[in-house]
Amino acid sequence: MTTGDVAIRVKDVSHQFGEPGDAFHVTALQKTSLDIQRGELLCLIGPSGCGKSTLLNMIGGLLAPTSGTVEVGSKPVRGPLPRDIAFVFQENALFPWCSVIENVKLGMMFQGAPKAEQEDRARKALEAVGLKDFMAHYPAQLSGGMRQRAALARALSLETEILLMDEPFGALDEQTRMILGEDLSVLLSSTDKTIVFVTHSLGEAVFLADRVAVFSARPGSIKEIISIDEPHPRKPGFVTTEKFSQLRNTLYGLLHEEIRKAVAQTVMAGPLT
Amino acid sequence: MSARRDRRDKLASRAVQAGFVVVLVALWYFGTTRWGVSHLLLPNPVKVWEELKDVLASGDYIPDLTITLSEVATAFVLSCTSGVIVGYVISRSQYAIRVFEPLLAGIYSVPIILFLPLYILFFGLGPASKIAIGTTISFFPIVLNTIAGFGYVEKIFITAARSMGASNYQMFRYVLLPAALPVILTGLRIGFTVALLSILGSETIASLAGLGHKIVHLAEAMETARMFAYIAFAVVIAAVLNMIVTSLEARAKRQ
Repeated sequence: MTTGDVAIRVKDVSHQFGEPGDAFHVTALQKTSLDIQRGELLCLIGPSGCGKSTLLNMIGGLLAPTSGTVEVGSKPVRGPLPRDIAFVFQENALFPWCSVIENVKLGMMFQGAPKAEQEDRARKALEAVGLKDFMAHYPAQLSGGMRQRAALARALSLETEILLMDEPFGALDEQTRMILGEDLSVLLSSTDKTIVFVTHSLGEAVFLADRVAVFSARPGSIKEIISIDEPHPRKPGFVTTEKFSQLRNTLYGLLHEEIRKAVAQTVMAGPLT
Repeated sequence: MSARRDRRDKLASRAVQAGFVVVLVALWYFGTTRWGVSHLLLPNPVKVWEELKDVLASGDYIPDLTITLSEVATAFVLSCTSGVIVGYVISRSQYAIRVFEPLLAGIYSVPIILFLPLYILFFGLGPASKIAIGTTISFFPIVLNTIAGFGYVEKIFITAARSMGASNYQMFRYVLLPAALPVILTGLRIGFTVALLSILGSETIASLAGLGHKIVHLAEAMETARMFAYIAFAVVIAAVLNMIVTSLEARAKRQ
């Protein structure tokens, strides 16, 4: 593959919280390198505190690496890039004082999208996620799943090439997240976005991703990358196939040991907030 | 619970409340007419009512009311402006919050009214000392609520807005301000209430004019019935002002 196909290049990136010698000096991420291809969906999976969200925030320019570089479109990232990168956070990132459609429009206003397009783009994005009838509702009036759909619509309306999703379904129940995962797969297969998706769920990773990067326990780094060779959009029946179970089992095998290590660290050092 | 039962319960409690007031007034009436309570200590309620009508009809209250209201208004404007500005500046730094929030909360818990003699010494017996004490006392709830409002906006809102490219002005106007407003408005309402209380109170302690001054003056002249009329008048004014401020707060929060 040529370098022209690389959307995001992570080179020798480390991140430490606190100064050396501090009581809570922690190496969250250790010398990690990763190329993310244009148009692929990459899942980051690993034990708690392994630095996968840290990596995502560094790609999005919300956090500066302690060492190493992140490049988006072959330019180094020095801060948020609202025209190239949109985020979907875990939960409650909608502004509670704005209705659903106002939330979407506010995002475009921050980004600097032309005012004349905002209403139209907001409606389209909300229709795409199935919230056509809930545009005037306030976040507090929606279920958790619907709130995450609205957050996704806000990110889609920004029409960025890159979408970074930080455990977007992490706070939802199993059934809601299954349905959202299926809808997401259909929705994203019609776009050519580059997506980085942090998750705890093995099934979600296999179901959505083109590649899954498995992280080791703290200090985190990428242990192995697994390809999921299955066309998009993924059919709901994919989860019942032999291939799905095998991939899931492979991931389980890779992760299990790391999770044990992470738990042992937590017991000794207390949880990382 | 059904709506009808709700209404009946509400009606019943209203009846008890009204009955309580009626019994109180009846005790007051019989105390003065039948049971020989001195008219100097407790005037006849009918007499008080006559006096109140006279106060309202003659416009006797106007100079004192004007002074008290202008003192409250000036103090409130001063404490709002200074409290909100100082609170916002402190809220911009976690370090400043850690230093100043406990300090201000500590001073707020001191009965500042004890400093009134000092204020009289500095600002004289006129309105200036009332404005100064009212401003000081109402500054604290306003500044503390402004710090709480701006300083503890959920991080995820700020992160999300930053990731979408919000400018500093946009961050203030569309994220910080709407997130902080409900808490700040509560601070303004509390600030108004304590400004009113402390100004009426300090007028009764040492002053040349104002509703509080008038009430003490009448008490010293043994015009107890007229004093009661003025107390009733001041209570109604205070209740109306508090109702206005509370409803303004509720309306602003709805938007």
